[in-house]
Amino acid sequence: MNPTDNLLELAGIKVVFGHGKKRFVALDDVSITIETDRPKIVTIAGESGSGKTTLGRVALGLLPPSEGKVIYRGRELAAMSGEEHKVFRREIQAIFQDPFSVFNPFYTIDHLLRMPLKSFGIAKTREEADGLIAEALGRVGLRPEQVLGHYPHQLSGGQRQRIVVARSLMLRPKLIVADEPVSMIDASLRANILDRLRTLRDEFGISIIYITHDLATARQVSDEVHILYRGKDVESGDAASVIGSPRHAYTRLLMSSIPRPDPDIPWAGSIADRPTH
Amino acid sequence: MSAPVLDVRNLSVSYLIGKQRAQAAADISFTLSAGERLGIVGESGSGKSTLALALMRLHKPPARIDAGEAWLGGTDMMRLEGEDLRRFRWSEISLVPQGAMNSLNPVMRIRRQLADAIEAHRRDWTRAQVQARVQEMLERVGLSPKVGDLYPHELSGGMKQRVCIALAVVLEPKLIIADEPTSALDVVVQRLVIQTLKDVQEQIGAALIMIGHDMGLMAQSVDRLAVMYAGRMVDIAPVRDFFHRPLHPYSQLLISSLPSPDETKPLTDIPGMQPSLFDLPGGCSFHPRCPLAKEPCRQTEPTFLPTGPGRGTACHVVRESLDEPH
Repeated sequence: MNPTDNLLELAGIKVVFGHGKKRFVALDDVSITIETDRPKIVTIAGESGSGKTTLGRVALGLLPPSEGKVIYRGRELAAMSGEEHKVFRREIQAIFQDPFSVFNPFYTIDHLLRMPLKSFGIAKTREEADGLIAEALGRVGLRPEQVLGHYPHQLSGGQRQRIVVARSLMLRPKLIVADEPVSMIDASLRANILDRLRTLRDEFGISIIYITHDLATARQVSDEVHILYRGKDVESGDAASVIGSPRHAYTRLLMSSIPRPDPDIPWAGSIADRPTH
Repeated sequence: MSAPVLDVRNLSVSYLIGKQRAQAAADISFTLSAGERLGIVGESGSGKSTLALALMRLHKPPARIDAGEAWLGGTDMMRLEGEDLRRFRWSEISLVPQGAMNSLNPVMRIRRQLADAIEAHRRDWTRAQVQARVQEMLERVGLSPKVGDLYPHELSGGMKQRVCIALAVVLEPKLIIADEPTSALDVVVQRLVIQTLKDVQEQIGAALIMIGHDMGLMAQSVDRLAVMYAGRMVDIAPVRDFFHRPLHPYSQLLISSLPSPDETKPLTDIPGMQPSLFDLPGGCSFHPRCPLAKEPCRQTEPTFLPTGPGRGTACHVVRESLDEPH
């Protein structure tokens, strides 16, 4: 790769599902660039069906776009060799929404953490693997004795989601795609998980694509925001300005629909104008 | 205020796991007036869904109701059995379940599902009466009558949740329990669903218990808010007092840990974890996480005491500050 190459470039991504009468454009000309030397957290926000998860799948290489290119460190994903693709698979990791269904319930946490180290050849010995696992668990605020030897069902949702973060961390990825990582986590633990994401950026230089419908958390953690609506990028830019002073009508609707924790600041806009008493 | 439509007295529910008994809802008491909306918040495992299911008498073993009464109208729901319970449930108390995605029958048209609920309770109604009610209910929740001819998989999440609301109000019950009615929906749809729920609940004059953990949503939806922690109700207050002057330290933390979309501020969380119900700390269950904990908090469990009009709190520190002469 050239030093000027970006880490990841999604260029003019279009995704079409079905054909004929059932043709559905899930993403239409969406572009995102993540530079190599400036790690950042990019939020992809929008309602259900806006295409945000589809975009995450494209970035992970799980779904080839109908049009447009996914370029990782100067190489187009579609043209990568098997070896290059393996590096890509290691350097881009995923965190999904539901920490209750991502783990195979028959394996202990030890096994789930050891497997990726083995398959990517990261640890040569068992001792080395144990060391890496302990370090990664410490990074997400878990004590090894709390979780090792246990099965997924014995852990809380917050613990499980932190295991997912620890697992991606061990692989020293360059980019993490986090699809609604805190929407199923109790409010009291959300801040903790989101803080871990910020730590990944600041201490390890890992960029994060944060997919969410929650603009409140997006504002707190992200550098850049893209608002998707029906597959189109309707408003994007610096997080504080897009969320702080939204221009597009849809972004405004999203902002006004967030329930504020104050009964005297009711939902703004048309439907809240109806008298409630 | 009118006489309460619901009067829950010292309700206790526990789960028997192995040889240990976990007290998932301990000594819960509260009342609800007709048309009033009460929110119940708490972390996963705090007992809020256990309470909801027990009120519906839909709890299953190993859950057991150990003690308590729940009077709805002139009936103690905890004493109902068999056919009486079947008749009472849904016609007097109904549920909007968590995860509408999975609570509708996938192989039955929407119209049939609504008609089923009516026919199970109103056996003397003619077919025309039943169909008229189905039509009316779909309209009330803002769905086109055509939706009646569809199957659940043909509907969006928000539409399915509105069908569940229509199902819950189809017999015009006195009490509706909504268990995290919008947890899988995005903010815009969530707002529509909550508005729909409030509208139909007001139209039929039912009381509503809304269970959830989104404090913002509660502020916009309910008249009074209760907080559960480790199986206990620790705080209850009219919604304005709750958000403007929260008393219990846990309530204060719940409010301050909310990320705001309107400003950037450091994220705060509530340190520590909710204790296991098998291994509750002595004294107040919250004391290991409480920034204000004092000696008595480690020694004795605080009793739930009134702290103002419509308010009650179980906290030594709050109690002490209220006792101090001003």
